[in-house]
Amino acid sequence: MVDVIKSNIPEGELSKKWTNYKSSANLVNPSNRRNLDIIVVGSGLAGASAAASLGEMGYNVKCFCFQDSPRRAHSIAAQGGINAAKNYQNDGDSVGRLFYDTIKGGDYRSREANVYRLAEVSVNIIDQCVAQGVPFAREYGGLLDNRSFGGVQVQRTFYAKGQTGQQLLLGAYQALSRQISKGSVKMYNRHEMMDIVILDGKARGIVARNLLTGEISRHSSHAVILASGGYGNVFYLSTNAMGSNCSATWKAHKRGALFGNPCFVQIHPTCIPVSGEYQSKLTLMSESLRNDGRIWVPKKLEDAKRISLGEISPSDIIEENRDYYLERRYPSFGNLTPRDVASRAAKERCDAGFGVNLSGQAVFLDFKDSIKRYGKEVIESRYGNLFQMYEKITADNPYKIPMKIYPAIHYTMGGLWVDYDLQTNISGLFAAGEANFSDHGANRLGASALMQGLADGYFVLPYTVSNYLANDIQTGKISVESKEFSETEIKVKDRINYFLKNNGSKSVDYFHRKLGKIIWENCGMSRNKEDLNSAIEQLKTIKDDFWRNVKVTGRNNHLNQELEKAGRVADFIELGSLMCHDALNRNESCGGHFREEYQTEDGEALRNDETFSYVSAWKYNDENLSPKLFKENLIFKNIELKQRSYK
Amino acid sequence: MNLKLKVWRQESSKHKGKIVEYKVHDISPDMSFLEMMDQLNQSLIEKGQDPVAFDHDCREGICGSCSMYINGQPHGPENMITTCQLHMRSFNDGETVYIEPWRASTFPIIKDLVVDRSAFDKIIQAGGYISVNTSGNSQDANAIPIPKENADSAFDAATCIGCGACVATCKNSSAMLFTAAKISHLSNLPQGQVESSSRVISMVNKMDELGFGNCTNTGDCAVQCPKGISLDNIAKMNREYLKASLKSEK
Amino acid sequence: MSKNTIIFSSSLGKKFVMSLTGLFLCSFLIVHLGGNIALFTSKDTFNEYTKFMTSNPLIRFMEIILVLGFLTHIVDAILLYIRNKNASNTKYIFDKKKSSISSRSMALTGSFILFFLIVHLRSFWYEYKFGEVIYSEDSNGNQIKDMYHIVTSSFESPMYSLFYVSAVILLGIHLNHGFQSAFLSLGLRHKKYTPFISLIGKLFSFSITLGFISFPIYFCLKNFNLW
Repeated sequence: MVDVIKSNIPEGELSKKWTNYKSSANLVNPSNRRNLDIIVVGSGLAGASAAASLGEMGYNVKCFCFQDSPRRAHSIAAQGGINAAKNYQNDGDSVGRLFYDTIKGGDYRSREANVYRLAEVSVNIIDQCVAQGVPFAREYGGLLDNRSFGGVQVQRTFYAKGQTGQQLLLGAYQALSRQISKGSVKMYNRHEMMDIVILDGKARGIVARNLLTGEISRHSSHAVILASGGYGNVFYLSTNAMGSNCSATWKAHKRGALFGNPCFVQIHPTCIPVSGEYQSKLTLMSESLRNDGRIWVPKKLEDAKRISLGEISPSDIIEENRDYYLERRYPSFGNLTPRDVASRAAKERCDAGFGVNLSGQAVFLDFKDSIKRYGKEVIESRYGNLFQMYEKITADNPYKIPMKIYPAIHYTMGGLWVDYDLQTNISGLFAAGEANFSDHGANRLGASALMQGLADGYFVLPYTVSNYLANDIQTGKISVESKEFSETEIKVKDRINYFLKNNGSKSVDYFHRKLGKIIWENCGMSRNKEDLNSAIEQLKTIKDDFWRNVKVTGRNNHLNQELEKAGRVADFIELGSLMCHDALNRNESCGGHFREEYQTEDGEALRNDETFSYVSAWKYNDENLSPKLFKENLIFKNIELKQRSYK
Repeated sequence: MNLKLKVWRQESSKHKGKIVEYKVHDISPDMSFLEMMDQLNQSLIEKGQDPVAFDHDCREGICGSCSMYINGQPHGPENMITTCQLHMRSFNDGETVYIEPWRASTFPIIKDLVVDRSAFDKIIQAGGYISVNTSGNSQDANAIPIPKENADSAFDAATCIGCGACVATCKNSSAMLFTAAKISHLSNLPQGQVESSSRVISMVNKMDELGFGNCTNTGDCAVQCPKGISLDNIAKMNREYLKASLKSEK
Repeated sequence: MSKNTIIFSSSLGKKFVMSLTGLFLCSFLIVHLGGNIALFTSKDTFNEYTKFMTSNPLIRFMEIILVLGFLTHIVDAILLYIRNKNASNTKYIFDKKKSSISSRSMALTGSFILFFLIVHLRSFWYEYKFGEVIYSEDSNGNQIKDMYHIVTSSFESPMYSLFYVSAVILLGIHLNHGFQSAFLSLGLRHKKYTPFISLIGKLFSFSITLGFISFPIYFCLKNFNLW
């Protein structure tokens, strides 16, 4: 029997829920706020905006990041843009439309009330960011410009060239810096959260390691917010930053927090293909390129072969012999189909042997027609920096030779399960941004990650955290001398000592690469029962091998990047296994989760709303036992479930 | 290809550092510079030695973590890129490559090639922001039209990634380009006007207090900036500062 | 520190001072060069010009300003130099700068110019004021100090001329960066006008160098009866 969990969605009509919540939520009076401590782990869009906003309200905030500055969080790398239902282009956009697009884009696996709230506050985000000085792109009349993005038919994406994430993060970073200078936020750079401390069932603090000195410190608080990002690096090769990791959320999970939809990961269709064994990460080319680029492979197998061997150039292939497969399969959305659909279509062509590089894992993204239509200058003004980046990496000039692209892991929709308040099942433990299982269901639309991160941090958590803390005003300062803190600290130290003393023979990267390969091949763009079962077995072996044979050089009491990686990879191995369990449980195909057993005759995903219209929330079981499944049933009252079609 | 690396190794800020020579083999020209460093580190770990510490994170040229002085230039021989975007095809087989950390007294070395750039955060904390509280009631984003060219220059200045190459390459270890970029970004926007005087004064004072050198307008910073931040920003900061200090009644 | 002087004590304030005094000293160079052209005319014209320059009250007053200008420029330069050295106390093992040599050697060229200035004052100003000077008659028959003689006899020494020429070349290098740099320090930079200012700067430093070099060359040629 599977337990069912509740998401605390407020009563009332969908469009009034958030308004009602705000007007009836508990408040903390300003003079009490300064006696309440909040810990924020992570300083990306969600973490920095939450820390800044809560600091501004008068709470005592401590913010932790492993980078040398909060400005380096990986939100900075988001290129394309941020969605908001402003309808500045008068093309029929509205909060309702954004809500609908997000639910549909997520393949009907997200919670209506959360998504509606997201769409509702999206407009405030743009206002807030402009007020902070975020230099969004503007038209000659001085008003904000918009572009369109995959999966929607309106222009609602605000952008700042190809660096929207950077500009938004710097906005949040500046807001955070303002609070740091005021003393309301204390920043802990180069600190990694090692574990969460639970007191009487409530999250009451963390244990952190100073990455420069190895010092382990205890920090107590009345609430803990995890905004530590996604777990894409479980694949080893991903578009995530090298340091992006799942350890904070995984530690919370091991302490009892449910992990929602771990198998929902997003494969981004336009990344630069892998060039060799040594590859350490993959580079994304913004989805916005699909506005003007056309994706194709040769129609004839022998052409594909000759191109990949370098015998002929792509421009030698005449129009009739090119297969613009997205336009062919999805005439109404064409090259702008959602990410999961575009990625799978690329994989389908490459698996059939039409790949255009030596590994057979690349398709063309061609700007020839757009350059002909608009001229090189226009294309350059739109994508100049992306083209330059591409050329630096591949030494090919995309103005002349079509880009080669291939899907890569980019974002994880899964994460800690949270209720309407963004609170996990552990009281006082909140999760925001990519770290929570989020509002994106089984697939996230382009330009929605920035929107969600900022919505959570700026506009949701300030209300919901206050609502929670209103019951804590009598608690007083929480001591770090308790048994729970000591035990957690000892556990953390034991693990560090284990790594340093384990005289193994294989580097951390060796295991990480192996893990990545297993997950990519068995729990990547398409999955099946047999592979998933085999992956779970393989991961057991890897885990065993890792703990026996991992080699960590250096000491604890100075900067030791190998030690940092060891802890993170240990957690990734366990998380990888949970992903496979989740993928195995979900006997349907939806969004980023494609089970080969469940597809239509023409290869489209076959969803099963009857049986799987739920969020799978997993509870950590003992080390050697399988995780336990809880379900949150998704109830759609305002939207009709349809088979997603972009044809 | 094979390379001879001369890498700066330093245990900590308290220890003395020195150049240590390593040889790396079978480097692919398609590798990024940091992947070459990864390969070196894997071979060091196999031998049981301490790998070379270096800052890196996004590996796509935007987080500003990577900070290596390669063959006498920050981020290496190519223009407009960071170390992580540098590829080995920019080097020749058999070449000797010097790899050093950023050097400036305001950027103390933490270990090997890792330096402490927290001074940059302190400059931003001194006023590199617009004081606006989070609220769902800010005025509509389109309420104040901003001329496209102002928005564009604000954006160009705001693309600074805070990597510190400007300080590293400046013979005076001056942080003028970094500071000016933020001042210029905000003062180009109507929202940033309100605090423009106090901002420029307190940011410049903070920069001085932290011990950064002065600008002698040699322009190395702008040449080496991976994001192409222009000297125009320094001129703008100078104007803003002059205006602010003349106007100030304090 | 008084709040009014904060502008001068900050890093940017010092830059303003450097550029303002620098530009002022540039204007002095023009006047100085213009006056020296009298050397090409005749002994009497030059001596009368010297007499005028050393006796006119307005010029004497400007002389004080000039000295202050020099001192401020020098003291400020030393303060900046110390600050910059402290900020960059460790050097790279291997360094490749891309900026111009003239911009990177301002302190060096400046120091040499200062040294030259002292020698220069010693050989001309000091001699004229306190040395044993020959007198000559001006057009009105009055006895005036023969500055022309001091100049010619100085340039008789090839070593001195060589020293003079090299100092002027270094001055040119100093100006080549200094002139346009002053505008940048004052915040005067504009996409349209800056290339023009750079051009003026180059022309200015080139003509000043050429102008001052012309004197030792002229006297050298004269000595060998080639003029």
